Amino acid sequence: MDERKIRVIVAKPGLDGHDRGAKVVARALRDAGMEVIYTGLRQTPEQIVATAIQEDADAIGLSILSGAHEHYFREVIELLKKRGAEDIIVFGGGVIPDDDVPVLKQMGVKAVFGPGTPTLKVIEWLQEAVQERRAKEHV
Amino acid sequence: MFKEEELEKISEARLKYEEEVKKTIQKYPERKSTFTTGGGVPVERLYTPENIKDLDYTEDLGFPGDYPYTRGVQPTMYRGRFWTMRQYAGYASAEESNERYKYLLQQGQTGLSVAFDLPTQIGYDSDHPMAQGEVGKVGVAIDSLEDMEILFDGIPLDKVSTSMTINAPASILLAMYIAVGEKQNVPADKLSGTIQNDILKEYIARGTYIFPPKPSMRLITDIFEFCSKHVPKWNTISISGYHIREAGSTAVQEVAFTLADGIAYVEAAVKKGLDPNVFGRRLSFFFNSHNDFLEEIAKFRAARRLWAKIMRERFGVTNPNAQKLRFHTQTAGCTLTAQQPENNIIRVTIQALAAVLGGTQSLHTNSFDEALALPTEESVRIALRTQQIIAYESGVTNTVDPLAGSYYLEWLTNEIERRAQEYIDKIDEMGGMLVAIEKGYVQQQIQDSAYAYQRAIEKGEQIVVGVNKFQIEEKGTSRKILRVDPSMAEKQIARLRALKESRDNVKVKEALEEIRKAAKDESANLMPKILEAVKVYATLGEICDVLREEFGEYRESIIL
Repeated sequence: MDERKIRVIVAKPGLDGHDRGAKVVARALRDAGMEVIYTGLRQTPEQIVATAIQEDADAIGLSILSGAHEHYFREVIELLKKRGAEDIIVFGGGVIPDDDVPVLKQMGVKAVFGPGTPTLKVIEWLQEAVQERRAKEHV
Repeated sequence: MFKEEELEKISEARLKYEEEVKKTIQKYPERKSTFTTGGGVPVERLYTPENIKDLDYTEDLGFPGDYPYTRGVQPTMYRGRFWTMRQYAGYASAEESNERYKYLLQQGQTGLSVAFDLPTQIGYDSDHPMAQGEVGKVGVAIDSLEDMEILFDGIPLDKVSTSMTINAPASILLAMYIAVGEKQNVPADKLSGTIQNDILKEYIARGTYIFPPKPSMRLITDIFEFCSKHVPKWNTISISGYHIREAGSTAVQEVAFTLADGIAYVEAAVKKGLDPNVFGRRLSFFFNSHNDFLEEIAKFRAARRLWAKIMRERFGVTNPNAQKLRFHTQTAGCTLTAQQPENNIIRVTIQALAAVLGGTQSLHTNSFDEALALPTEESVRIALRTQQIIAYESGVTNTVDPLAGSYYLEWLTNEIERRAQEYIDKIDEMGGMLVAIEKGYVQQQIQDSAYAYQRAIEKGEQIVVGVNKFQIEEKGTSRKILRVDPSMAEKQIARLRALKESRDNVKVKEALEEIRKAAKDESANLMPKILEAVKVYATLGEICDVLREEFGEYRESIIL
C-alpha cells in the first residue's frame, strides 16, 4: 500500500462564483487526511493544469454550476494530455444534467457527483481511484 | 404586555404542566434531546406569555406602516395590493429572453427580473477569451445598448418595473436601461425598478466582483447620487442576504451580515456628503426564504425592526420611508434537491408562504427543476402559480401580519434580532464590514455554518426528504430540461462585431476617454459619462476595460 498522502486540486474554473460545494468538498477531503489545494474562483484551465502539475497532484476536482461544464472539462483534459499528465484523475460536480454525464465520461472524466452526494462517497471513490493510479505507476 | 398577577398564574400552571411532561417523557421520550431551528437557535418545548413578558406592544411591534415596522412597511399590506410576483429569468440571447418575459407577463407576472450571463456580470463582452463557454448560460448576454433594446422590445418601461441582478457593472446596465427608456419616450424619472448593485456580498458569497472595494464603493455611491436627482423611483441597491444564505449561512448570520453591509453603504454615502433621509428611501433588500417556516417569518420581522433602529438611532434618519426595510424574497435554491425533484414544489410552497407571512414586497419562487438545469417554461409556470395560489386562495393575505402575538414567533423575532445585533457589534469592533471581509471573518463564519450543515445531513441529524431518507431508485429519468443552443454564442459574437463596424467609433473613443477622466477624478460622478458612452454604443466590455485599467481588479482572499 502506498502511504503517501493523496494530493488533490479542487478548482473553480471560469466565471462561476458558486463555491459552497467546492469548499465543503475541499474541507471534507482535508478532514479525511488528504492534502487539498483549493484554487479559488476564476481559474483558467491553463492555471488549473499548471497548478496540478506543479503540486504533483493525484487528482483534479472541478466544480461547475454555470452550465459550462462541457467546455471546461474538455479544456482541462486536453491540456493535461498536451502536458503528458493525462494520468491525473479528473472528476467533478455541480449542476450537471444526467444526460451530459456520458459525454463527460467519454472525454475522460472519471466521476461526476451531482447535488445531494454525501462527501463520504467522494472520499471513498477518490481513495480507491488514487490507489489504482498509484498501482499502475509501480508496474 | 401581560399583567404581573396573570404572569404569576401562568408560572404556577406551567410548573404543573412540567410535572406532567416529566411523566410523559418517561413513558414516551421525545424524538430528540434538543431541538433547534434550522439556523441552530435552541427551541423550547412550549412558549407562553412568560417568554415575551418584556415585549412592549407599541415600542416593539407597533402598527403596520409605523416605526419600527415589525408588522410591515405599509398600513394595509396585501389588502391593498399583493406583493410583486417577479420571476428571475433570462438565458441565451436578448431575443429569447424577451420572448420569456412576454410569456411571463402574459401569465400574470407583475414585474420583470433580469438574469444576466456571467460574462455580462463580470464585465466581459461575449468575444472575450474568459467568456468562452459561458455566453448565455446562466442568463442573457448583453454586450451593448443594441442587445438591451432587443431585450425590452415591446415591453413598455413606464408600465413594468424591472429588477436587474447586476453588481460590479450596475452603472452600465442602469445607463442602458435609461437609454432604452429614452427611445421609448419614457423619461428617467418615470422608470421604476432595482439594480442589485451590492458589491460587498459579491466579495463574501457570490463572486461576480471586478474592482477592488474602494472604487467599487465609489461606483455605488455615484449611483445613489445620480439616481436621487434623475431616477427618483429607482431602487439604487438591493442589499442581499440571499446569496449569503445560499453560501451556507444561518438565518441569524443572513440578517446580521446583510444589515452590516447596509451600514457600510450608508456610511460610504454619508461620507460622500449624501443625505441618508434622501438616498435611504431607495435602499432595498433581498432575502432568502429557507426551510424553517417560523424561523424565516421571524427573521423577516426581526430584520425590519433592526434596520429601522439602525437608520433612526445610528444615522439619525427621521424620514419614515428611509427607515423602512423593503425587501424582495427568493425561495432557497440550495434546498432544491435533484432527487425526486417534484418534492421541490412543496418546499417552494412552504418557503413562499413564509415570505408572504413575513411581509415581503416582491417574490421569486424557484422552479422544481433548478437543481438540474435552468427551468423550463412549464416549471416556471408552476412556480408562478404557487404564488398566485397563496395570493388568491390561501386567505393569509386578508389581514396584516396574522402571526403576530404568537408567543414563539415573537420570542424568536426578539432572539434573531438579539443574535444579529451581537454579530453587528462584533463587526463594528473589527472596524466595519470592509475590514471584516478583508480579514475573511465573514466568509469563515459562513463556511463553518455550511460545513456544519453538510455534516448534520451526513450524520442523519438533518433529514432531507428524498436525499438521506425516503429515497427511491431513480434511474435515467430523461427529464425535459432547458438547454441553451450552442450556436447562440457565435450569433452573439457576430452581432457584436457588426456593431463595432457600424457605430461611430470616433464618438465611442471620446466617450471612453471621458469615463477615464472621470475615473481619475474622485469628485466626479461616473454615471453621466457612462450614460453618454452607452448611447453611442460603447460596449459593456470596453467600458469595464477602461475602469479595470484605472481601478485595478479585486483578488479573492482564499479562506478554507
